[in-house]
Amino acid sequence: MFEVLSCPVPASIQDLGRPGYRHFGVPLSGALDTFSLRLANALVRNGPDAAALEMRLAGPHLRATVPVRVALAHAMAVIERGDGTRETLPAWHSATLAAGEVLKVGAVQGGTGYLAVAGGFAVPVILGSRSTYARAGFGRLLQEGMRLPVGAGNLSGPEFAVLPAPTFADDEPLRVMPGPQREAFTDDAFATFLSATYTVSHAADRMGLRLDGPRLAHVGGADIVSDAVTPGAIQVPGDGQPIMLLADGQTVGGYAKIANVIAADLPRLGHRLPGDVLRFAPVNVEQALAALRADEARLAQLIATLRQAHSGEPDLEALYSCNLVGGVIHAE
Amino acid sequence: MSARLLELGDTALTLEFGTAIDPALNARVMAARDALVARHIAGIRDLVPTYRSLTVHFDPLATDRDELSRALLAAAEAAPEKSAPAARHEIPVRFGGERGPDLDEVAATTGRSTDEIIATLCSLELRVYLIGFLPGFPYMGDLPDWLHLPRRATPRTAVPPGSVAIAGPQAAIYPWLSPGGWHLLGRTEVAMFDAGHPQRPALVAPGDTVRFVHV
Repeated sequence: MFEVLSCPVPASIQDLGRPGYRHFGVPLSGALDTFSLRLANALVRNGPDAAALEMRLAGPHLRATVPVRVALAHAMAVIERGDGTRETLPAWHSATLAAGEVLKVGAVQGGTGYLAVAGGFAVPVILGSRSTYARAGFGRLLQEGMRLPVGAGNLSGPEFAVLPAPTFADDEPLRVMPGPQREAFTDDAFATFLSATYTVSHAADRMGLRLDGPRLAHVGGADIVSDAVTPGAIQVPGDGQPIMLLADGQTVGGYAKIANVIAADLPRLGHRLPGDVLRFAPVNVEQALAALRADEARLAQLIATLRQAHSGEPDLEALYSCNLVGGVIHAE
Repeated sequence: MSARLLELGDTALTLEFGTAIDPALNARVMAARDALVARHIAGIRDLVPTYRSLTVHFDPLATDRDELSRALLAAAEAAPEKSAPAARHEIPVRFGGERGPDLDEVAATTGRSTDEIIATLCSLELRVYLIGFLPGFPYMGDLPDWLHLPRRATPRTAVPPGSVAIAGPQAAIYPWLSPGGWHLLGRTEVAMFDAGHPQRPALVAPGDTVRFVHV
């Protein structure tokens, strides 16, 4: 069990989502960045689908009421030990807390981060998933004073680290396939979409991102008789400004869809914040699948080569791997 | 008219039968859904029927996309009369007053009495075309032409759960407290969604029929 001492930004429990219920109007949900979720889970010897805490912008302060092992993705933390000492827990390292010790997660690097715990967060399973979808009362957002149950995890054996820390191609264009209503847009609009830059507006959450940029013109109207959408779908309503759907996006939509971000790039999309600038690049389905297979192979390789944390020069290595040392060392 | 396949990214395919709200078109969608379910194709995560299309969400690393495409086009030829029989639901509704704050305005706009609007709604066997917008939110039709109204100019920020509402040719029931722009005519106390029943968490499913009962 964890006690939530403070939570500056709403955080939610997420796993790999809730497939199988979209015909009942239930969104897929699950982690925005499933790559990082699975890697963080591997660091604490969990299966890929264990539930972790998804954090946006900044993480919570938590007190362990029992011994727990944790790992962070895209964030670092300070551990306050029972003897009064403080330790830094870098991203992509696991560490073990005794009962009563406190984990203070700091800023999340790049928008979205994960706290994995050995055994996973044991909140109730609703329709096959522990993912929070607060709109329909599936779980609750993290709040001060809340208690988070933790499943039985493996706390024996060495703590792990990903060394060097993984890097992500955050500045590359998002790869898209033409959408099912590509014909609803003029050729000029499609060319504009692929060549212009779009900025993430302040309307950005786990449901989706509204973008600001050059207006995309429809051939006829923007409205269609609703059909299914999926995370990564890019809808364009009548104002010509795209809306990108994310994990909590609704299951059907009534706007023409100009394009769809490919599955391999959804984890990167999950880190975009208001003010971020996006570009798009077209691919076909073969290229999309090749990219997905490459990412799966990379994840498997990272998990297969997890190293024992604290084996060499723990503090220095940890700081380097976190890219905190002035950016001099780039982990490649 | 023959159906066509549309790519919805690399993890979904949409079989589109047309672009209209039409019971005959929707019957073909449901028949295709049933035909595809019978094929038991590996890797399928979700089958989402809508008014006019069937979308298959799948795991691209576990699904033979070509096989799925062929199966979808074959399923498109399934005869609607072979579709599984739909469930029929009677849903008790209290109309008007604070439960249906827009009933008087809808009467004024359409030039009909509130009694006539209630009687008309309760006379219809409404078809559930799809579930969407929110878990368990049914899009149902078709309303008579004289009852087609555009959505409210200013949507409400909080529509109470159980609200029975209309917009355009459609009726719906809000399962959850949510924002909404439809005209609220009444309210039911029937739970539209129960996550405690994983086999069928939504009370109504696409293809079912619904009749409102004035209580």
